[in-house]
Amino acid sequence: MGLLNFLKKIEPDKKKSPFLHTLYDGFFTFAYAPATTTKAGGVHIRDGMDLKRTMVFVVLAMQLAYVFGTYNIGHQHFVAMGQYLGFLEGFHLKLSHGLIKLLPIFIWTHVVGLGIEFWFAAKKGHPIEEGFLVSGALIPLIMPPDIPIWILCVAVAFAVILGKEAFGGTGMNIWNVALLARVFVFFAYPTSISGDEVWVGGFEKAIPGAMVDYGWAHNIFNSLFGWLDIAQFDFGASIADSFSGATPLALASKGGWAAVTEQFSIAQMWWGTIPGSIGESSKPLILLGAAMLLITGIASWRIMLSMVLGCAFMGMLFNAWDATPFMSVPWIYHFYMGSFFFAMAFMATDPVTASSTNTGKWIYGFSIGVIGLLIRVFNPAYPEGWMLAILFMNTFAPLIDHYVIEGNMKRRMAPPSKVMNPIQSATADINETSVTYE
Amino acid sequence: MLLTALVIVGTLLILASIYSISDNLIQIEAKKQGIDTKKNNLSLAPSFKDFFGKPAPANIDPKNYHNLKKGHDIKLAGAATGFIIKAAVSRYALKPTDYRGIAPIPRMEVEVGEDVKAGQAIFFDKTNPDVKYVAPVSGELVELRRGAKRAITHLVILADKEIQYAQSTPPALNAERAKLVEYLMSSGAWPLINQRPYDVIASATQIPANIFISTFDTAPLAPDLSVSIAGKEMAFQKGLDVLNKLTSGSVVLGVDGRLGKSPSTAYTHAQGVEIHYFNGKHPAGNVGVQIHHTKPIKGSKTAWTLKPEDVATIGQLFINGTYDASRVVAVTGAQVHHAQYLQTYVGASLDELLKGNLKEIEDTRIVEGNVLTGDLAGQDDFLSSKTTQITTIKEGNYNELFGWLLPVTPRPSVSNTFPNFLLASHKFEADTNTHGEKRAFVVTGQYEKVLPMDILPQHLMKAIMTGDIERMEGLGINELSEEDVALCEFACTSKMPLQNILRDGLDLMREQG
Repeated sequence: MGLLNFLKKIEPDKKKSPFLHTLYDGFFTFAYAPATTTKAGGVHIRDGMDLKRTMVFVVLAMQLAYVFGTYNIGHQHFVAMGQYLGFLEGFHLKLSHGLIKLLPIFIWTHVVGLGIEFWFAAKKGHPIEEGFLVSGALIPLIMPPDIPIWILCVAVAFAVILGKEAFGGTGMNIWNVALLARVFVFFAYPTSISGDEVWVGGFEKAIPGAMVDYGWAHNIFNSLFGWLDIAQFDFGASIADSFSGATPLALASKGGWAAVTEQFSIAQMWWGTIPGSIGESSKPLILLGAAMLLITGIASWRIMLSMVLGCAFMGMLFNAWDATPFMSVPWIYHFYMGSFFFAMAFMATDPVTASSTNTGKWIYGFSIGVIGLLIRVFNPAYPEGWMLAILFMNTFAPLIDHYVIEGNMKRRMAPPSKVMNPIQSATADINETSVTYE
Repeated sequence: MLLTALVIVGTLLILASIYSISDNLIQIEAKKQGIDTKKNNLSLAPSFKDFFGKPAPANIDPKNYHNLKKGHDIKLAGAATGFIIKAAVSRYALKPTDYRGIAPIPRMEVEVGEDVKAGQAIFFDKTNPDVKYVAPVSGELVELRRGAKRAITHLVILADKEIQYAQSTPPALNAERAKLVEYLMSSGAWPLINQRPYDVIASATQIPANIFISTFDTAPLAPDLSVSIAGKEMAFQKGLDVLNKLTSGSVVLGVDGRLGKSPSTAYTHAQGVEIHYFNGKHPAGNVGVQIHHTKPIKGSKTAWTLKPEDVATIGQLFINGTYDASRVVAVTGAQVHHAQYLQTYVGASLDELLKGNLKEIEDTRIVEGNVLTGDLAGQDDFLSSKTTQITTIKEGNYNELFGWLLPVTPRPSVSNTFPNFLLASHKFEADTNTHGEKRAFVVTGQYEKVLPMDILPQHLMKAIMTGDIERMEGLGINELSEEDVALCEFACTSKMPLQNILRDGLDLMREQG
């Protein structure tokens, strides 16, 4: 109990330095579950589950996507140069390049996001809430690997301040915080992140012949690799001539399924060795995370299932319509491209912004599936719809709930089956309710 | 090839149409005869339910068998077992605070120091002077304890060795309703009757649509009510007969329909009542849940609810005019040496009931009732008249290293993030630690998982917090009492005080009429 005593001793004064105290409280409750007991007038025992545990299980479910995503940044980088084409070739180079790209994104997301959280918590005088644990873990996964850090920071600040704290903090927000950060980047800086350019990281430009863009971190790794006498980063390398940088979705919107399979095999898309956002590409690993969320009961199976149904339904509809090359992509292959599963497992299931009624969740998930695929197929500028579809349905989730609640109220208030005229029912009321005993 | 296909399709079509037409004919005929086709399943097609869901046991009418899927049993260590032991208790107390809806300072009918008989009126509420609150045992009224704002909290009686009963003359069962009500009020039985909505002492001005009695308790470590009623079968039946005269509808008995349970014949063979069987996890034994699935409260209707032993008390009054306040109390929990059933009377001293039985005095919480809905017992307290259970659990005032991430000790939870499904038969030694801090509502759908009612608890709670009366009523606040949302409160990830919120809402509803 030495650590506990030490932690208790260094507790800052709440009045003198509220910010420090909030910070201390946040870290203390992180290290030790608080010693509070149940009070009179309520339950005497409480479930072992709390919000910290809920949130951390979501973060744990994302870890496989993190590991793969980090490595895939490096893999895509070297594939663009035509080097180490095998997935496990040049393992140390790919991993270290991935880390060099991912760590700044991860760290800056948390510095900005958590900093704002802590500041608001201290200002409002409530304990630090756990919401950003998940948002902070999601944001790096949905960013392109080459995103400029300053854009990332502005986006995170925008999402946390206007998307969450303005509404009252964790549990009160209308839109998914992580997606707000993403949509901010998408609409505010379209030139620097849209198109095919950004999905492969570590070059001056994403066109054939462009030079690699290595920095001091690569130098450090190089000296380490030199000491170990293994392959090093080549500062003189450039992108191979055959490189296109296009994601499967970009190809599909131009030339349909045939164009996609020209460049990527189905297995590649399924296992995720393709360019894209950091965490979205590996379907089996995301599905493992989704399975973990479903088994632990943290994410709603209703939303996940209905979203798959919605997407499949829309895909089949497009197949039947068959007007453009993208429409004719077999519906099942829509699950192989883009970030459908990532959006389904981690984005749409956010309980705060999703529909809160069980019936509502079916409608909410199905609509996301339908609208997301609609955007994917019809929007030529940005062939991925889940972000917009989820934010759109976030907006409508309260409306869906409203009608579900109204339905519940109507069921309860249903008039008696025997319809009486007003006079009859009035006298019936008197007979029943005002019997007095003298 | 084409021909064979056509023949097959054709035959199938003809068979299907025969089937459909005959099914329709049955429905039309049933409608003519006024039979509810849905309830009696008068269809050639098997209904969805026939494939899924447990069928009712053979001896039970499926109409009266309710298989509830939602809920959760919290398995705690220390269930009461064995024979009923007579408890040696000398002090009993009547607690005005037990009765919801009366003024905090009631009018006394007896002074401190006077002798009283069992069933003699001790106090009454000035807003309703006809309703008497009576002594559970005979003896000397030795103490009047006061709490905050001089409210009377305890009226302590030092009991006689041999209990003297006050005699009254009950009216005949076929007397008019007003006479029966008057007798129940003067004899002290009226406060045993609770009324829904609001879960308060029944109002005398409203005839209840139905009267509900749940004859089993599914709460953690709850006493077996078939044990408690043993020896009181006749009084119980008499009580049911009395109640039958008081309602315009019927008396509904909720009986334990769980596998492996054999409820007392006092319940299963009760006469003149509607018997419904319930199978399911907690809160299937809650009377509120049973009302919801049998004859839900609608509009301005009210329902009464009673506990089986209270029904027997009413029955005894009508058999020989004495107020029988004897109760079987279950002493439970992990903090006692012997979890057992004790024979005593309403309001027995907790100190005397637990004498020599507690494993440790420090760090033990004594709860009057079960761990979900019970009251926190104070120093030198007496058992509330609302319950026949005492639960003892450890206090949880300790810090746990990474307690939210890696709990070292097993703990009860509805969440699958704990490997509790591997410990199916494990009895948990839960403590009072909150296992986390209060947060805003974040997780959705968790209340619905443990509440087998067509109610949206989270939206109801939000409606109460914002004081939206119309919505509160629409979302079914009138069907609920604290015990119904207690399991939701246990399961709540955000550690919300749902029972307090609900009571605030019920109080607001009652004020508004």
